[in-house]
Amino acid sequence: MTTISGGVVDDVRFVAKTDYLKQLAALRDEGFEMCVDLTAVDYLTHPGRVLPADVADTVALERFEVVVNLLSLSQRRRVRLRVQVAEANASIDSAFDLYPGTEAMEREVFDMFGIRFEGHPDLTRILMPEDWQGHPLRKDYAQGNIPVQFKGAAS
Amino acid sequence: MTTTENQTKPGESKIAAAETGEGRQELQLRKDISTKEMLRGSGAVLRMSEAEVASLAGVQSEDQTMIINMGPQHPSTHGVLRLMLELRGETVLRCKPVIGYLHTGMEKTGESLSYLQGATNVTRMDYASPLNNELVFAMTTEKLLGIDQDIPERAVWIRMLLSELNRISSHLLFLATNGMDIGAVSMMIYGLRDREEVLRFFQKVTGLRMNHNFIRPGGVAADLPAGWRDEVLKLLESLPKRLAEYEILMTGQPIWRERLQGVGVITRDEAIALSATGPILRSTGLSWDLRRDMPYLRYDKVQFDVIVGSFGDAFDRYSIRLNEIRESMKIVRQVLEAMPQGDYRIQDKKVTPPPRGRIDESMEALIHHFKIFTEGFKVPVGEAYVAIESPRGEIACYIASDGSSTPYRMHVRAPSFVNIQSMPLMMRGGLVADAVAVISSVDPVLGEVDR
Repeated sequence: MTTISGGVVDDVRFVAKTDYLKQLAALRDEGFEMCVDLTAVDYLTHPGRVLPADVADTVALERFEVVVNLLSLSQRRRVRLRVQVAEANASIDSAFDLYPGTEAMEREVFDMFGIRFEGHPDLTRILMPEDWQGHPLRKDYAQGNIPVQFKGAAS
Repeated sequence: MTTTENQTKPGESKIAAAETGEGRQELQLRKDISTKEMLRGSGAVLRMSEAEVASLAGVQSEDQTMIINMGPQHPSTHGVLRLMLELRGETVLRCKPVIGYLHTGMEKTGESLSYLQGATNVTRMDYASPLNNELVFAMTTEKLLGIDQDIPERAVWIRMLLSELNRISSHLLFLATNGMDIGAVSMMIYGLRDREEVLRFFQKVTGLRMNHNFIRPGGVAADLPAGWRDEVLKLLESLPKRLAEYEILMTGQPIWRERLQGVGVITRDEAIALSATGPILRSTGLSWDLRRDMPYLRYDKVQFDVIVGSFGDAFDRYSIRLNEIRESMKIVRQVLEAMPQGDYRIQDKKVTPPPRGRIDESMEALIHHFKIFTEGFKVPVGEAYVAIESPRGEIACYIASDGSSTPYRMHVRAPSFVNIQSMPLMMRGGLVADAVAVISSVDPVLGEVDR
């Protein structure tokens, strides 16, 4: 699926969660050497996002979406994968074996969204303190007036 | 030789099984071991939680290794980076960068700021190159609005001028801090002095030394002030002499070379696997620069060289940055010649506030101005990812819009955050003193790492 906005071509592909690692491996063999970015979006309050017409019927939208940007240095191309992750089973395979550079990014997504990456070597919080409760970038995580959660601090 | 019962038959995956104090140990063939297990056993990253480390306090180990803490308060950690180092004597075995001390939830904050206010937020991430952060945020917003091809030429060239000057100031800051970390303290004073001259130009143009909020969706905040050309020419005149001095002071100096050459080596495949970009990737000999390979703004209209190293060590990263200053000056010179006349922001009523003079005479203009700065402008539903070359590597912005005037999700792909992952690999097997050189050569900005 290709969308063109303002002359810039974005190659965006929707991938099923079960196919995720297989697709990544295929793309790596195709020449996408680097996983340049991995992040997630919580679509809790914006569920009806617009999908391109050709995939609108086949993709079942879920609350979380993991967005992976791959870069091919040899072909000067980018591809963006969007994977739907359900709230009830917020986990996805880790891309660590294929792209070791995703380690910190997956930890960040786990920390901020609570999405588990199965097979990640060290899935712990990276930005928030280890004993923090909640996942700040979720849409149901309130902004402002949060009780102090630091060790030993009077709250 | 007598046969032992542990001998393996060919084709068997278990090589040997031995009774040890910790139970039966079985060795497996390399092909049966996953990457993950290999990394657990022999990788450079120390994968141990703080609780585990704390439980080791007072334990006398027989293998003579110890885990010590470096930072977050340490002069050479460039802010509040903390490293858990596993040492044997003075040799670094594994290490774990611990980050998050500067985490202020900027991505979350970005969700409640309008697209006009958003630039004030992102500019504080990589505070050593704020204009590149603003640029990538503005470009992503423009792509969502569909006006990315309609930005006036003058605005585009002003953006290029500022982006390149910012690269110069950021690399000068690197030279300063790198010198300080290695022990060349006079370099710190020289580097900061020269950076200040670039920042003085930024102050004339944008009003502020840092955190400018100058590059905004639709163009830039104001036109260049009178006499800007002379200011830039003065910079371009003074810098080459200074850079030549630094070459004498550091590049050719035996102590400097001994301290950096062969330290923190990373190979091309390792850098690609760890998603490292910028000078780290280029130091391995791979010629990759988004300005040339995926041109944005008008980088396809200017001539410059991409500097690459050959050994992937700290010295290569130092000389790449030093020479990138020269390349940026080359670009700035071409920008001076090519700077067109015209608008400095798009004349699209949706994103551009009316000129000040109109507000005094027209009620509609006053309302328009008020609406833009209170409500902001609405951005169509969609997602966009835009990447540019910051002094530290690929900085990118991913915005998901739900059609309102604030981003639904604003993510910044921070080059320092990703580059920090290559530190354990570079430090492995080196001395603690070299660890300092490695941190410095990665040039992380912790504001951007933690966001």
